[in-house]
This record gives sequence, structure tokens and C-alpha cells, in this order.
Amino acid sequence: MGKPVHDDHHDHSASHGSTFLAHHFASHEQQFAAGKLGMWIFLVTEILLFGGLFCAYAVYRANHPEIFRFAAEEFLDKRLGGINTCVLIFSSFTMAWAVRSAQLNKQRQLIVLLAITIACGFGFLGIKYVEYKHKWEEGLLWAASYHPHAGAEKEPVPASPAQVPAAALDAPPPTQSQLAIVTPKKTDAVESEFKTEPKNVGVFFSIYFMMTGLHGIHVIAGMSAIVWVLLRARKGHFNSEYYGPVDFVGLYWHLVDLVWIYLFPLLYLIH
Amino acid sequence: MAAASSVAVPAGHATDNYLTHTRGFLSWALTLDHKRIGMMYLVSIMASFLLGGIFALLIRTELISPGRTMMQASTYNQYFTLHGAVMTFLFIIPGIPAALGNFVLPIMLGAKDVAFPRLNLASFYLWLLGAVFFVVVLHTGGLDTGWTFYTPYSTTTSTQVTLAVTGAFILGFSSIFTGVNFIATIHMLRPPGMTWFRLPLFLWALYATALVQVLATPVLGITLMLLAAERLFGLGIFDPKLGGDPVLFQHFFWFYSHPAVYIMILPGMGVISEIISVFSRKHIFGYKFIAMSSVAIALIGFLVWGHHMFTSGQSRLAGMIFSGLTFAVAIPSAIKVFNWISTMYKGSIYLTTPMWYALEFLFLFGIGGLTGLFLGSLATDVHLHDTYFIVAHFHYVMVGGTTFAFLAGLYYWWPKMTGCMYSQNWASLASVLTFIGFNLAFFPQFLLGSRGMPRRYYDYTGLLGEHPEFTHLHRVSTLGSYFLAIGLFMGLFCLIYSLFRGKPAPGNPWGGATLEWQCSSPPPHDNFSSPPVVGDPYAMKNIKYDPKAGSYVKVEDA
Repeated sequence: MGKPVHDDHHDHSASHGSTFLAHHFASHEQQFAAGKLGMWIFLVTEILLFGGLFCAYAVYRANHPEIFRFAAEEFLDKRLGGINTCVLIFSSFTMAWAVRSAQLNKQRQLIVLLAITIACGFGFLGIKYVEYKHKWEEGLLWAASYHPHAGAEKEPVPASPAQVPAAALDAPPPTQSQLAIVTPKKTDAVESEFKTEPKNVGVFFSIYFMMTGLHGIHVIAGMSAIVWVLLRARKGHFNSEYYGPVDFVGLYWHLVDLVWIYLFPLLYLIH
Repeated sequence: MAAASSVAVPAGHATDNYLTHTRGFLSWALTLDHKRIGMMYLVSIMASFLLGGIFALLIRTELISPGRTMMQASTYNQYFTLHGAVMTFLFIIPGIPAALGNFVLPIMLGAKDVAFPRLNLASFYLWLLGAVFFVVVLHTGGLDTGWTFYTPYSTTTSTQVTLAVTGAFILGFSSIFTGVNFIATIHMLRPPGMTWFRLPLFLWALYATALVQVLATPVLGITLMLLAAERLFGLGIFDPKLGGDPVLFQHFFWFYSHPAVYIMILPGMGVISEIISVFSRKHIFGYKFIAMSSVAIALIGFLVWGHHMFTSGQSRLAGMIFSGLTFAVAIPSAIKVFNWISTMYKGSIYLTTPMWYALEFLFLFGIGGLTGLFLGSLATDVHLHDTYFIVAHFHYVMVGGTTFAFLAGLYYWWPKMTGCMYSQNWASLASVLTFIGFNLAFFPQFLLGSRGMPRRYYDYTGLLGEHPEFTHLHRVSTLGSYFLAIGLFMGLFCLIYSLFRGKPAPGNPWGGATLEWQCSSPPPHDNFSSPPVVGDPYAMKNIKYDPKAGSYVKVEDA
């Protein structure tokens, strides 16, 4: 297959006569191993970056468990969070498959799988946008801007984006939702412990927005990296000998996925 | 010593080298060569050192007399903050790893470059960007929080905290990239024969440093991000009014910033390990102990952050545990010092300029380290907390330790980096002057602090009733800081003068056995045309001076 010459490598160009092998590496294996180690170390730094936030989460959860139980029950949509979890897990699967395709020289399959992975990234961000939008409209923001009020026209937490306009048109606003500040909307026996809203619920949303926001930035960064890999894949750069960038970007994407897999239960599910 | 040779062009001096390989501005600005990146770092870091030093002199001049001397109290607050922030983030943290380490690490290892040359260049430009943020802060309202950015003051002051923490965040990334690069390089690019226990100790030190850079810096990143978000949006995580906790900031901050002091000192200890062995003409004593003590310091360093918070209201039990762990760090540090001294024992010591600095390091680091024990003890810390004793202690460690080690390394590798020999006599004189100036500047501060002079005070008039000697002690300290500055400038002139009038440096001017002395001075563009022969990095017996070559050369075992 064609291996185009890359001429922006300066003095690190292919003095070995093999494309994409930098001059200071002895072999493709050494270059791949170094790149992989570098990526793993970088992932460790990413885990520690989020680690700070997980610590903050743990500290506030331990000090104010009622805030977390209340806010997660009242204001977070488990269904949207769950869908997003599935979307990301699926994208991890397509990404892993893409690495396999590169190793097997399946150029077309590689391109298609990378494209699907990017599409899943967009899907995730779209659903996240819907969630953020509702919180914005209902004043469910970080501590200093936390002024909750029920959405005038909408359910506080719609079941899915498609239902929002329909619900707004078909039915008058449900009266319970306007009482959401003082009386929890849900009537399950478990949640009825909250007769009134606990103090400082805003801190929950501070942590929620920091964690999901930082994660969202990582999703965008990961998607950008996958776009870069996709463009290179279209030029036919990757093959069974040289597929490092696909593998490394894949590792990064799995980490982004993994962080979400922790965020989802911590923020949405556990009581 | 031996460098003063009668040979016109000594053996191992190269005119075709990395400096002359290509020319033009872009050949430097876009270079991927670790040696050029190291040199760019060196120049930039020295500029920051100058900037931070000017702030230091201004602070000391203000304190020469009680009451107002030359600036307002708010200006004084800004100057000590910027002195601390510039010196910490722009000079000491990147000083030895990014400047000297970048240049020396791959050559010492026997590799052609670091594992990720582009990441290396990116790290330099991130450093520049971070420095630009600090310069902008300087011109747009300054910063008066102290370099530690403690909440709640940092979330309420009107100075440029957000810009400054953004700058520090970017510098953190620069530091992480350097760390990632060094770990991957040492793991993956060792030539055949370079086993882990043949690594020169400077590389062990850089490896341990890189571990800390990689594991601690991200936590600083998220802390500063939270602080910026707190200021911009009112996050409330550090604000008790909104349910937050300001002490959490201190935990986060010191979780990074205590390990960060080992980012500062560990590479310095590595430099000293090289120099002591070479100029004692003896194999390093206790190689494995020194190597492992670097790793031990790096790991224990993660567990002691609470000793910055003995008076912040942490529980008594937590205080005791942190105090105990703090004492544990003294063990690997002492292992190093004793091994250096054992190396010198019965060695033939050459008092070259790097060795002068190394000996001064031992003395100053000894004082700095031992005074740390008073601060690690719970009861004495309550008395000494936030006094000049602290200031004196960390300047003995950071300046007397790290900066003296940095200068030692700079004078040691200068012939390799530039191909020029400087005047030993003048440079050694500068070194002694720096040492005297340093002690004059900071020893009185131990006395001030133990008698109750609080740090960061603009005016000490109110303390003079009980302690009339404070004026005198402050005056000696200020005078010392001027001597220190004169010594440093004199040393700098020796180096700059050598660039124009210095004798050409031989390949091995000092008789080092590590690999960088096997390639020419300055090194060629790609360091080694074929993988070098790796041996014991401290086999001094096999390196002898050859007057005909004007350089040290390797001799076969006798």
C-alpha cells in the first residue's frame, strides 16, 4: 500500500528508509513501545486530574450526604444519563474495533469505525446539552448561581428531548413541578424523607458541573484526536506495522469512557 | 585544573556540532533537538531568575529600616508574591530538569534524543505561555496572595488571581510533559548495556523527579482550576458561606506543592552525586543507596503534605502522623549526604568551580535540612510557624540546596554545552562570594524567626520595643542579599566572557566517566553516530589526563 512521505518531520525524518519512524528510535517496536508507555503515563496524569475532583466529591458527600441524595433524586435524569453511558460504551467498542482494523490493514473498516466513534461522541454531547439546558432553565446551577425554580412551561426533567415540545403543547404545566422547591416531586416511599430541601444544594451542582464539564472537555479533546486519526487514516497512513496513533488515541478514548462510567453512578445513581 | 592545557584545539572539541549544525532563527524556534530546547530553557529560566531576583532585592531593600523605606505596603505584598511565584513556578521547578536535564539526559543515557521530541518543544512553548501570563499579571494589577493562593483571601482579593493561576496551570502542563518524556526516555531509549543500575545517579534523580511531576502536578492543575472557577462563577467549594471548606484548598494545594519541593531538590541531589564523585576521583560510595533514596524521597514526599497545616486546624492524630512521616523523609536525605561525604573520604579532591558549589551545597543543605526537623516537630512548629525561621529554612533548602546545585551543574556541563572553558579562578571566587552573601542574607533570618519576627511583614516598627535587635538583623540580611547578587552576577559574567574569550573545551575536561563526556564538546547534532559503549558510570580509575590530547581519556585497566 502507498506510504506517502511526510515532509514536516524536520531532522527527525525517516533516515532509516521507513516512513514514520523517527530517527532516534531503532525500530518500529521501540517507537510503539515508547509511545504506548508515554500514553499510559499521560493517562495516569488524567486520572489524578479527575482524582482531585473525586476527592472533593468524597469530602462533600461524607459531610453532606443528604444534599447528594436529594439532588440526584430530584434533579438528575437517570434515563438520559443511562443512555449516555450506553453511547459511550458502544463508542469504546467501535474504537477498540478500529484499532483491530488498523492492525489487520482493513483501511475502509478503520475509517468507518472511527467515524462511528466520532458520531457517538456527538451523540453524547447532544444528550449532555439537553441535560445542561434544562438545568440552566431551572436555575439549577453552581452554588453562587443556584436559584431553583420549576420550568414554567416544561417538566423539570423531561423523559427525552423529543418529548419536550409535545409535553409543552399537549398539557398544561403540572402543578407539582412548581412545588419542586419545597416538596419533592416524586412520591416514592424512599425519597419521601425530604420534606424540605436541605441546605446548600448548590454545592452538589458545583461538583456536578465541574465533573461533567471537565469530562465534556475531555470528550471534545478525544473527538478532536479521533478526527486527526481519521484524516490520517484516509491518507492510508496506518498499517499492521505502524498503527501507534490509532492505538494511543483509542486508549485515551477508553479513559474518557471510564471516567464517565464512574461519574454516572456517583452522581446519578447511588443513594 | 587540567583544562588549562597547552594544546590549541584539545581532543574532543568539535566545530561541527549541534550549535553550528543549522543556522537561523527558525532552526532554533522549531528545533526538535533536545540540546537546543535545553539551551532555550536555560536562557529563559535565567531571565526568570533575574526577574525573581530583582523582586527579592526590592523586598530586602524595603526591610532595611522599619517603617516605609521605598514602597507602599500593597506594593510590598505584590513584590513578595511575585518573587515567590516567579522563583517557584518559572525558575526552581523547571530549572534543573528542563534546562540541564533536557540537555544532559539523552546524552548521559546514550540516546539520540528524548522519546517525544515534539512534546519536548511543546513543553517549552507552554512554559513560555505560562511566563507570558505572569508578565501580564505584573502589568495589570499584580498579585498579592502569596505564591500559595490561600483561600479565602485569593477568592476575594481584586488582584489578578485568575490570570496567575491560569499561568501556573499552563506551567504545570509544561512540567508534566517534561516528566512524561523523561520517564519514557529512561525506560525505552537505553542503549544495549545500559542497565538500570548503570544509570548515572543524575538520571535516577531525574527519574524520581519525573515520577513526582507526573503524579503530583495534575492535582495542582485541578486545584487551580477549581480556584479559577470559584472566582469566575462562585463555585462555593472553598467558600463556607455556600457550604464549602477553605481548608480543603490547603489540602489540595499542598498535596501538589509539598511533592513539588522534591521536584526542586531531587535533581539537584543528582547533580551533586555526579560532581562529588568526579572531583574526588573516586567511585561514588553507596550507588544503590543513593539511587533508591531518590525514589524513596519521591514516594514518601507524597505522604507529608499535612505538615504545612499543623496550625490550620487538622486533628491532633493527623498532625502526629504527618509529623512522623516528615521525619521519615530525613532518612533518605541523610543517606545521600553521608554517601557523598564517604565518597570524598580519602579521595583526591579537585577544588574546581563545580566542586566549590557542590561543597557549599552540602553545607547549606545540611543547615536547611536540619532546621526542617524543628518545623516537622509539632510543638516547635507552633512557635516557629509563619515566622522568618520558615523563610530562612526554605531558602536554605531551595537556594542553598537547589540553586547552588543548579549552578554547580551549570558550571559542570557548561564546557559540554558551549564548548568553552571559563576562568576557574574568577568563577570559584564568584562562588565563594555567593556563598558568603547567601549566609549573610539568610542566617540572620533564623535568629529573627526564632525571636518571633513574622514572615511577610512590611513594617516591624511595632516589634522593636521588645526586640530592638530586629533592625540590625534585617540590615545584615539585606546587606547579604546584595553580596549574593554581586556573586551571582560575577558568576554570570564569567560564563558570558567564556563564550567570547574562553579556551576551547576538550571532550572530557573534568574526567567524568558518564557517557556525555564520551562525545565531543559541544556534542554533535545526533549525539552518537553508533550506540556508545556503556560501562560503569563512576569508574574514575580508568579515566586519566593526557597532556598531549589536552583532555581526559579512557585508559585500559592497568
